[in-house]
Amino acid sequence: MRVFMLAAAVAALSAVQLPAQDTAELLNRMKAMEDRIKALEVKVQTLKAQQQLPAVSAAAPTAPAAPTPAPTPPAAPAEVAAQGPPAGAPLTLGGAGPAAAKVLNPDISVIGDFVGAAGNGANRGIPALEMHESEVGFQEVIDPYARADFFLTFGEQGVSLEEGYLTFTALPAGLQLRVGKMRAAFGKVNTMHNHVLPWTDRPLVNQDLVSGEDGIDDAGFSLSRILPAPKGIFLEGTAQVFRGDTDGVFRADQRSHVSTVEHLRFYRDITESTNIDLGGSFARGRSPWAGAWNQLYGADATLRWKPLRRSIYHSFVGRSELIWARTALAPAQTGTAGLNPPIITPFGFYVSGDYQFARRWFLGARLDRSQRGNCLPTNPPTTTSCNLSLGPLALVQDTGGSLLLTYWPSEFSQIRGQLRRTRYGEGLTANEFLIQFLFSMGAHGAHPF
Amino acid sequence: MPKKLYVLTVILLTAAASATQAASKLNVMTSTQDLAALAREVGGELVNVDSIAMGYQDPHFVEPKPSFLLKLQKADLLVVVGLQLEIGWLPPLITQSRNARIQVGGSGYLDISQYCQILEIPTGQVTRAMGDVHPLGNPHYWLDPENGRRIAKELAAKFSEMQPGNAAVFAQRYAGFDNRLSAAEKVWEDKMAPYRGRKVITYHRSWPNFCERFGLQVVDYVEPKPGIPPTPSHTLDVINTMKREGIKLILVEPYFDLRAPNKIAQDVGGQVAVLLPSVGGVKQVTDYFQLFDYDISLLVSLFSKAK
Repeated sequence: MRVFMLAAAVAALSAVQLPAQDTAELLNRMKAMEDRIKALEVKVQTLKAQQQLPAVSAAAPTAPAAPTPAPTPPAAPAEVAAQGPPAGAPLTLGGAGPAAAKVLNPDISVIGDFVGAAGNGANRGIPALEMHESEVGFQEVIDPYARADFFLTFGEQGVSLEEGYLTFTALPAGLQLRVGKMRAAFGKVNTMHNHVLPWTDRPLVNQDLVSGEDGIDDAGFSLSRILPAPKGIFLEGTAQVFRGDTDGVFRADQRSHVSTVEHLRFYRDITESTNIDLGGSFARGRSPWAGAWNQLYGADATLRWKPLRRSIYHSFVGRSELIWARTALAPAQTGTAGLNPPIITPFGFYVSGDYQFARRWFLGARLDRSQRGNCLPTNPPTTTSCNLSLGPLALVQDTGGSLLLTYWPSEFSQIRGQLRRTRYGEGLTANEFLIQFLFSMGAHGAHPF
Repeated sequence: MPKKLYVLTVILLTAAASATQAASKLNVMTSTQDLAALAREVGGELVNVDSIAMGYQDPHFVEPKPSFLLKLQKADLLVVVGLQLEIGWLPPLITQSRNARIQVGGSGYLDISQYCQILEIPTGQVTRAMGDVHPLGNPHYWLDPENGRRIAKELAAKFSEMQPGNAAVFAQRYAGFDNRLSAAEKVWEDKMAPYRGRKVITYHRSWPNFCERFGLQVVDYVEPKPGIPPTPSHTLDVINTMKREGIKLILVEPYFDLRAPNKIAQDVGGQVAVLLPSVGGVKQVTDYFQLFDYDISLLVSLFSKAK
């Protein structure tokens, strides 16, 4: 009781003495205490946020939309250390921490494709050394109904959108719709990006008849469905409508000049290790050379063997594609008169095989043969002038063969050598050695197969 | 005539009932046979279970075949290991399945890793210079029976959520599984008890959960880094390590080449054991219990001979 009275007296005296003290100093001290309280509040918020982060960070990268938090958070200390905000840093996301903003970013990847060439390239030469392509990919789920995939390619000449499309994954009746710019489902090679090709180049038939590396790659819609089939058979139908512009193949001068592509795919497991994949394709678009329609017909076959127990060491893939073109030429261009434009019907094919003989080593071979219209463009361009004496309706034939050896230092890089001999329709022969370095960074999702 | 009509009616009703029962079964797809085995334990006859990767193939590298799409298209539930184990092959299968239920974030997509204890979560900066490292942690977590229990529990909860009418059955089946697993764990631990602390070399980082649970110490790996094939210099390092520390056992998964492990074992006078990381690794291992029975019997046999 005496202590209490003493304390009260001291307090009263202090109160009396207050006006005599430096009021400014007192205010400063109060301000300092207030600042310390605020700093402590920030620290408490930070610690709370760090406790909440593991559940978010552990579940997000593999299942960004998973609604339930992890009951046994596996990634607590490491993830916090890696992603948590620095102590005392202000919070901007309602306690989740700034790192949470990255959770919904798309998967980003970069794939580099460097090509070197030596020897005589004849009339379709490529530079000695070239950073052929850098592909940047952005891939992410958009919402519960769709995902988006963008692939930008940076070449030495500029940038282009190789593919950028929205895929609706939740349509009824087993349908799948794609909207955007995409590689058309014409055969196999046309659908492939450069870095998934088993060669450094594209087969002659694609260079001559399907716009080579660019291919039929246009803006439009794609609708596909798995069709009813006997048990064990995968049957898929795809119908696509595009604007109608493909260099050297189709050209749309009017909105009605859309091109269409249809593809039917048959797949069957022959054994656990072996399967066969067959396809038929049809494409139709306006001729760049005449007021008429061009058609392309394709057939493709792929045989794969991969023994499951040793699948990382041995495999074989045999491929072939046959393509027929029906190309309308301008009457004036051909010097022919009449209402119907003259038609040429070149045909070409390739056959290839790739055998994996060790975990990191692949040996391959390819045979090429393709006709093309004399004086019609190819991709890469044929640099020598065409043989006018043959006439514009004539077909010339390119033939070639390649041997390949590919080494994968890891899953994320490849070094490939290709010996290529090509006999061009103009009578020139190219003997070349091509070397390619492919390397990838980031999370590049596997392409559709 | 009435009798014939009666028989026909009975046949039709029986067929309709069978069809309804079949239709009411949950179609469960799993990425591996281990998850399929656990799904069968708790789902029993009420679920149709199928898996993509076989137990004897490397689950990191599976060919995404269109035939899998036929199964995924009809799946009510897709259960995945997660932690990027299937990143190279499962995403395009899911996208092309035309099945909205099993899309990531969908009601039928279940990443079971979020319910398990995960080891080897990298700290600090993660780069590909570390090999094919899993940034979210080691995905071979099912090799700890405790994680098997957690997986089964969550599967039972998920099945119950999807089929509330059968929740009691799933709960009962899970309880039965839990009891049998507890009994089996005691047997496995008793068998391994004399060998706790034994040092081993493994080919790949497939065994952290297994080794932690049963007290084995992994000293080094045949792979210099995850996913990188053995190199001569690293092989020499492993040989020296084994000689220095008196290690005699190399554990290899069934899908890896045995030449490098055999060479190492020959140099150190040790042994190579093909241990199964998954159900289905050999024909006779068809369920989760047999997986541990097989592996532990093999280890006990080798350790006891190496005394």
